[in-house]
Amino acid sequence: MNVPAAWYLVLGAVLFGIGAFGVLTRRSALIMFMCIELMLNAVTLTFVTFARTLNDIGGQATVFFIMVVAAAEVTVGLGIVVAIFRRRASTSVDELSEMKG
Amino acid sequence: MNLTIPSIHYLAILPVMVLLGASLVLLGSVALVRSRVSNLVATTITSLAGVAALVITFVQWAYVANHGATTTIAHAVVLDGFSVVATGVIAVALVMATLVAHDWARREDVRAAEYQVLALAASAGAVLMTQANDLVVIFLGLEILSIGLYVLAAFDRRRSSSAEAALKYFLLGSFASAVFVYGAALVYGATGSTNLSDVSYFLGANVLLRPGLLYAGGALLLVGFAFKVAAVPFHLWSPDVYQGSPTPVTGYMASIVKVGAFAALLRVLVSALGTQMDTWRPILWALIVLTTLVGASLGIVQRNVKRMLAYSSINHAGFMLLGVWAATTRGTAATLFYAMTYAPLVVATFAIVTLVGGRGDDHHDVDYYRGLARRQPWLGGALALFLLAQLGAPLTTGFYAKFVVLASAVDVGGSALAVIALLGAAIAAFFYLRWIVALYAEGDERAIAHHVAVPRATAVVIVLGVAVTVVFGVWPGPLAALAQHATLLFTP
Repeated sequence: MNVPAAWYLVLGAVLFGIGAFGVLTRRSALIMFMCIELMLNAVTLTFVTFARTLNDIGGQATVFFIMVVAAAEVTVGLGIVVAIFRRRASTSVDELSEMKG
Repeated sequence: MNLTIPSIHYLAILPVMVLLGASLVLLGSVALVRSRVSNLVATTITSLAGVAALVITFVQWAYVANHGATTTIAHAVVLDGFSVVATGVIAVALVMATLVAHDWARREDVRAAEYQVLALAASAGAVLMTQANDLVVIFLGLEILSIGLYVLAAFDRRRSSSAEAALKYFLLGSFASAVFVYGAALVYGATGSTNLSDVSYFLGANVLLRPGLLYAGGALLLVGFAFKVAAVPFHLWSPDVYQGSPTPVTGYMASIVKVGAFAALLRVLVSALGTQMDTWRPILWALIVLTTLVGASLGIVQRNVKRMLAYSSINHAGFMLLGVWAATTRGTAATLFYAMTYAPLVVATFAIVTLVGGRGDDHHDVDYYRGLARRQPWLGGALALFLLAQLGAPLTTGFYAKFVVLASAVDVGGSALAVIALLGAAIAAFFYLRWIVALYAEGDERAIAHHVAVPRATAVVIVLGVAVTVVFGVWPGPLAALAQHATLLFTP
């Protein structure tokens, strides 16, 4: 069965949408974090699909860059979450309201 | 299948190599040397790397002036006058911010070596953004810059607001990066390349029958940038992050992120998507109106000076966007000039805020500034000068910077926009002036009279800031000519 490229693009867009929706609505830092990863993976899927349709290796190479960046973000992000968790024993962003105005 | 390794023009990437190299050397010595790497050593290495990067830009400038602009590494990185000048600005901001951080680290008893490792890496990312000629390289530069700054924002472990600022910055920053890179993917799908020159060529040679994909991609790129430069309505993170981060970090962040992001934004909108100008201009118009007006209005109600400066920096971002909106050579030069004068100014302003902040870095209410200029005329006077420059008072760099961006917008029929931006500046003037009045006010019972010590390194930064602001304020010709020349050597 031949799956049209458009399906992959739509899947990418839907995944990206779910991720973006999650970041904007969920209140746990860890879940928001996972949603950002989901968004990045939707982007890689889109890049690979376009690389196939355009018959261009550049889009596939880009995926590696995005993966490396995502890994670096995970390291730093988890470090920050752990630093906060040590202090408060909670990862909910609602409790982080020291600054307002 | 044949893999060809692209040729590398090392002079073009030398500043990035020096900054990243110094960062790695410092990181290696922190990890390997048994005794603690002293703050002085770390500061020296960082300053030397910054000065070296600045010297290299002179060599690069001579090269570009003689041989013209070039691209290298498969056209992904560009060496042109624009990138050279922007790199120089980042190098200056790095050196100034490093000196401020040195005194701050000593006062707060923080290990400065790791701080400088991250500051160097972040500056390398910003330089890469100014040189990027490919959406993927912009993304990489953006991430190198941002990831360094996320950690720097969390650097003050004694204040919990520092970690809070870091988490907010991290979540919204990486959200913005994901949006940006999705935009890059859609532009790639629409035009067949992520290279800015190729995108520009493709759009010049073809008419897209169904431009939806390109428009969506362009819009997402714009949203990503708007987050990074804190344009309204994507500014919500900025006051909290400015307030929570250690003060020297805030100053550094305010300067190099603006330079890097605006350089990349100019390349994407003006050179790659220049043919689609009629589509993105109205969106940018709305962004500028919101950014200048809302940024200024929300600043008025702030008591905390770091939040006030955050809104002030939002207001400045609106002005820098004016030059982008003009999308002409003059507009590009105007935005570059604005960034050149704003970067040292904001680092120097935050240097004084760092000093007044005192040990613990939490004396940031505007009341702490009451009568400062009476007790310490030089320090208070310098701060008043910086605020006047941010306000756009004549005989300071701020005046000419605002003038050139407004003129470039009026040139292409943006009179209404210029008037709205001026209105924003007038509203912003209110909180700058309130702060200046506090500086010269009589001390009353609320005044927390304390003598603000001015360590040597920070004094150098403040003097440098005053010198740049006054000299180029009275005599903006050379700097403006430099921006103009740099833009003429802008690779399309």
